[in-house]
Amino acid sequence: MITTKDLKYTYKGGPQLVFPDISCRASDILLILGNSGVGKTTLLHLLGGILTTHEGSVNIEGTNICTLGDTALDAFRGKNIGIVFQQNHFIDSLTVLENVMIAQKLAGNRVSAQEALAMLEKLNIGHKSKKSIRDLSQGEKQRVAIARALINKPKLILADEPTSALDDQNCQEVLLLLEDQAKAAGSALVVVTHDSRLKEKISNKVILVS
Amino acid sequence: MNILYLAWKNVIKNPLNLLMSVILFGLGVGLISFLLLFNSQLKEKFDKNLADIDLVVGAKGSPLQMILCSMYHIDNPTGNIPIKNAAPLLREPHPLIKQAVPLSLGDSYKSYRIVGTNHEILGLYGATVAEGDLWKNDFEVTLGHTVAQESGLKLGDKFVSSHGFADDADLAHDHAAFVVKGILAPTGSVIDQLILTNTASIWLVHEHHGEENEGAATHEEDHHHHDHGEDHIHDNSNADLLAHPEQEITSVLIRYRNKTNFQALNFGRNINENTEMQAASPAIEINRLYSMIGLGTDAIRNLAILIAIVSALSIFISLYKGLRERRYELALMRVMGAHRSGLFALVILEGLILAGIGFAVGSLVSHLGMNWAAGFLKQDFRYSFTGWKWLHEEWYILGASLVLGLIASLLPAIQAARTDINKTLSEK
Repeated sequence: MITTKDLKYTYKGGPQLVFPDISCRASDILLILGNSGVGKTTLLHLLGGILTTHEGSVNIEGTNICTLGDTALDAFRGKNIGIVFQQNHFIDSLTVLENVMIAQKLAGNRVSAQEALAMLEKLNIGHKSKKSIRDLSQGEKQRVAIARALINKPKLILADEPTSALDDQNCQEVLLLLEDQAKAAGSALVVVTHDSRLKEKISNKVILVS
Repeated sequence: MNILYLAWKNVIKNPLNLLMSVILFGLGVGLISFLLLFNSQLKEKFDKNLADIDLVVGAKGSPLQMILCSMYHIDNPTGNIPIKNAAPLLREPHPLIKQAVPLSLGDSYKSYRIVGTNHEILGLYGATVAEGDLWKNDFEVTLGHTVAQESGLKLGDKFVSSHGFADDADLAHDHAAFVVKGILAPTGSVIDQLILTNTASIWLVHEHHGEENEGAATHEEDHHHHDHGEDHIHDNSNADLLAHPEQEITSVLIRYRNKTNFQALNFGRNINENTEMQAASPAIEINRLYSMIGLGTDAIRNLAILIAIVSALSIFISLYKGLRERRYELALMRVMGAHRSGLFALVILEGLILAGIGFAVGSLVSHLGMNWAAGFLKQDFRYSFTGWKWLHEEWYILGASLVLGLIASLLPAIQAARTDINKTLSEK
């Protein structure tokens, strides 16, 4: 469950971005729509505690993450927030499976190759678990990124343009995957996108305007 | 899955960087460690062979050469001295000299030196007989442990010596056949590499040699034959030598009664100033040698330190360069819950791993190299060296390597810890 209040952010020497209050309950999906440049990624970074210098508050499961210190925020983020980025980055020197396992490790959870493999299999990518990240296609990487975001059963899943690089069929598939997994884990799912294909598929939405 | 594993994976991801850092680091460490191994073993051998000898007296020439020849048996004699000149040293009892051991050199067998001397030489090096007996009559020899092992000579075996140190059949003295009477127990000192006999045997070998080459000195030769025929000096005492004042020996090894006696301190100088012989103190000459070798090793060591610094620089550059390529990874790790300290530790660990591998490679190469060089050194010095010896100084080299790795990775690690995740992840 996530709620925000009076969230504002000012870029150095730039305009002030004022965000509408948003709220998303466990197992629900919230779509945040908006054209390029309206501050979608900025909002996502604020929600994920990646960006902290702002006004207002972000409440996740009763914790106002704006009040957390650097180290406490890192720990909170690792344990409670799973993020799927627009461009998926991985640790290149590790295998697919190890990239999922390191998320368990860094969150301070028990590291289990079995659980990590089970998650990859749920996302139909289990057969590539021993491969290097570099050998994967864009669509496959997306699945690994989702597996990594979900492995710690986070309270909040943030997805930044998860479908914009995908064709219609893959777009549908990835959205279903995210929905199913978020529901199964009881997580709140917030999707930030300009992809209008998702508009009809998700009812709960906020539209950002500049 | 832990941070050490990740650091290791990151290090081996870039084999070319790894190779360059390790080669440079290994070269620096290898050179320093090799110098250390070589110097410490050389010093150990030299020190062991000092045998508490206070003074060496021989023919005039280079004092260092005389010491290297008479004590370490790795150089040729400066010449010989007539017994009549050395007589004051050999006459017993002497007010200053506790022990005076005469040496007669000039022949060898399979490049092991044959030394004409008396039984007191065993006492200098703490040697004991392991098999058979000490030499007694002319042409009887007792072998040092290494000589017996390497030459395969056994009790009762006969062999023919050759002139000088060379293992050359053309120089063989074919008239004189030595017979092995005994073998010494190992001492770890130079006596292991000597073939011991009486002084007269050396004279006899060279008289034959002399007859062949210089027919001129016939009269004198006859005189000697007469002497040896009567077998005068078989009991090897210094008194026996004094009965042959016209014969020659190579040098005399001397132990004083009292090292700090004022007269003893001036004894060597008196010989140098007032006789046709020269006296030299082994300790002084060997220290002179150390300082001469030291100049060379200092230069190599400085070079090695320079290489080590360059290698630390290469570790720094490869980590720093890698940081740019890995900034997303690092930001991602923060997003997944890693603290700044975790990223700092990761980069430091990578530096330490590089330095550690460099040290391991360098150390291995230096020990292998030492073992390989031991073969040559054995030929040149007839001293046995080994590469399979770990010196406690090598722990210091390991420590210094890790410190260098730490310093090289410090700045990149700080940079990694400062990763701005928002900025990095917003870059497209």
